[in-house]
Amino acid sequence: MRIRLEPRPEPSRLAGWLSPLAAAAATLVVGFLLFSALGKNPWQAFHVFFVKPVATLYGLGELLLKAGPLMLCAVGLAAGYRANVWNIGAEGQLTMGAIFGGGVALAFHDSTSPLVLPAMIVAGALGGMAWAAIPAFLRTRFNANEILVSLMLVYVATYTLSLLVHGPWRDPEGFNFPQSKLFNDVALLPNLLPETRLNRGFLLALAAIAAGWVFMSKSLVGYQMRVAGLAPAAANYAGISATRTVWFGMLAGGACAGLAGVNEIAGPLGQLQPSVSPGYGFAAIIVAFVGRLHPLGILFASLLMSLLYLGGESAQMGLALPSAVTGLFQGALLFFLLASDVFINYRLRVLRSPRSPSASGRSPLPRAGR
Amino acid sequence: MDHIAELLVLTLAAGTPLVFAALGELVTEKSGVLNLGVEGMMLVGAVAAFAVAATTRNPWLGVAAGMLAGAALSLVFAVITLSLMANQVASGLALSLFGVGLSAFVGLPYVSIVIDGLKPLSISGLSDLPLVGKLLFGHNPLVYLSFLLFVAIQWFLYRTRPGLVVRAVGESPQSAHAIGYPVVRIRYLAVLFGGACSGLGGAYLAVAYTPLWVEGMTAGRGWIALALVVFATWKPWRVLAGAYLFGGVTLAQFQAQALGVEMPSQVLSMLPYLATIVVLALISRDAITIRLNAPASLGKPFHPGS
Repeated sequence: MRIRLEPRPEPSRLAGWLSPLAAAAATLVVGFLLFSALGKNPWQAFHVFFVKPVATLYGLGELLLKAGPLMLCAVGLAAGYRANVWNIGAEGQLTMGAIFGGGVALAFHDSTSPLVLPAMIVAGALGGMAWAAIPAFLRTRFNANEILVSLMLVYVATYTLSLLVHGPWRDPEGFNFPQSKLFNDVALLPNLLPETRLNRGFLLALAAIAAGWVFMSKSLVGYQMRVAGLAPAAANYAGISATRTVWFGMLAGGACAGLAGVNEIAGPLGQLQPSVSPGYGFAAIIVAFVGRLHPLGILFASLLMSLLYLGGESAQMGLALPSAVTGLFQGALLFFLLASDVFINYRLRVLRSPRSPSASGRSPLPRAGR
Repeated sequence: MDHIAELLVLTLAAGTPLVFAALGELVTEKSGVLNLGVEGMMLVGAVAAFAVAATTRNPWLGVAAGMLAGAALSLVFAVITLSLMANQVASGLALSLFGVGLSAFVGLPYVSIVIDGLKPLSISGLSDLPLVGKLLFGHNPLVYLSFLLFVAIQWFLYRTRPGLVVRAVGESPQSAHAIGYPVVRIRYLAVLFGGACSGLGGAYLAVAYTPLWVEGMTAGRGWIALALVVFATWKPWRVLAGAYLFGGVTLAQFQAQALGVEMPSQVLSMLPYLATIVVLALISRDAITIRLNAPASLGKPFHPGS
């Protein structure tokens, strides 16, 4: 008996839908085994990890609060990934967006104008775009791999933020802590859901999802990006500029990540700190893939990822499990997704000896004459 | 003069994790597989090496454990990309993210533990010779291992038949397959070797260079190693040169203070990453050279009969 992977005549749409669900299920199974191996009651652990965080209104607010930046970053990244533009530096672009937005907030710290917040948001988007422009430029002009450049820039951005909050932007009345002055009220996002920390930045994330959907499926540039990713040679022949594809893919990711950065500092953080994100930029990569690079899928995937974040925190308190378990689940989820994605283009065939007819495998046609 | 010798020894020591990881990745890429998971494999190797060294009080066992851990993680990657034919770029990213998470998780109990790591050699008499003493006899044992690794890989790839086969598989897997070579199995071995070397690089960091464990302690060296392979246009001796160059840049953080240079520490810390970007841009500029030197099938999945 042999198991073989056979190419399908055409990609399976059913597998395309089932694959993220299968990956999520497999991740849950791994979680189950992991909790058992660590000596915890797996059902109780499941409850603490997945149910307890969202059992209250506050918990739901937290879920959406964390899902917002994930959605924003992932939608921007997905636009690029569809065109094979691999922006891995969303974390750095997010940081830069926070720096730019925070800079505006600090510059107008004594102002009470309602224009401060919009200015911050625009500055944040521009900051993220500027940071993403570097790998775009180096790729189009110098053929440098954008994965490596954008990733190196994450480290540079993090050090830049550290430099600023330890030095020129440190709060003089902050007891020497490396953090900026607390932003005053005009620089903070208004609350969206009372009794929770959810702010209006979430609306920005939803708008990005809608914009992403419209752009990808209805606009000409979105169409061109998809073609560039699926068939680069055909795109080139059709006159779709590869340069413009790279620039657009990177800038979209950068702008969205920058917006997410501003959302963080104008929302839950309220100031600039050495770390403005628990890895949202990297988690967004996983969200983009699990969401099938489609805005609606990204919406659901970001809710799942947000739950993983909350679960990690909850497990830390309720189960004495390390919060690093979140990173483990996130990585495992992506792995399982890639593995189950295989079945979109290939199918499993179990070959038995010629005497008994092949009963398994997903061949829809009866085998004739064997 | 002695100060220069000291600096050179430190530079070599700082570049050694890059040497291990980049040489391993070079072999993997020579067979046509692009494994972006080097950072994850290094971290997993580091945490495994530290954990085993702390538990068994034997740093060499730790090094062996680090190699095994790196290889084991790369096996997951190999199965997904070689047998299940998933996208190599996405799978490599997944490997890195997973390795970072796994190592952070496994390493928690070891965060403030101190171990007796591998120290640089100190042979009485020989190591005290002026200038050459330290330079020839004062390195960490793993640094000598890295020299051996370089020689072995250079010899294997360019002077042996199996090495030729590996390169052939990387240039044209279809032709190699037609001749009858087991392309998938060769790629598996290349990936595992690369994983073991990355694990070794991580083990060196955690057991020899700075004997401690901190979450994310490789600080992006895995990614720099990937850039190094491109920078070296897939030639082992250039990998060595590049690794030591970067080692030197990394050292600048500490040397600048000694030299009295007034720069914020964060700017100095940024230097290796900025240097990587600059170097990558400069070397990639010549697309023809890259195309000539890169293994022709790099990153493309191999399906017999396609």
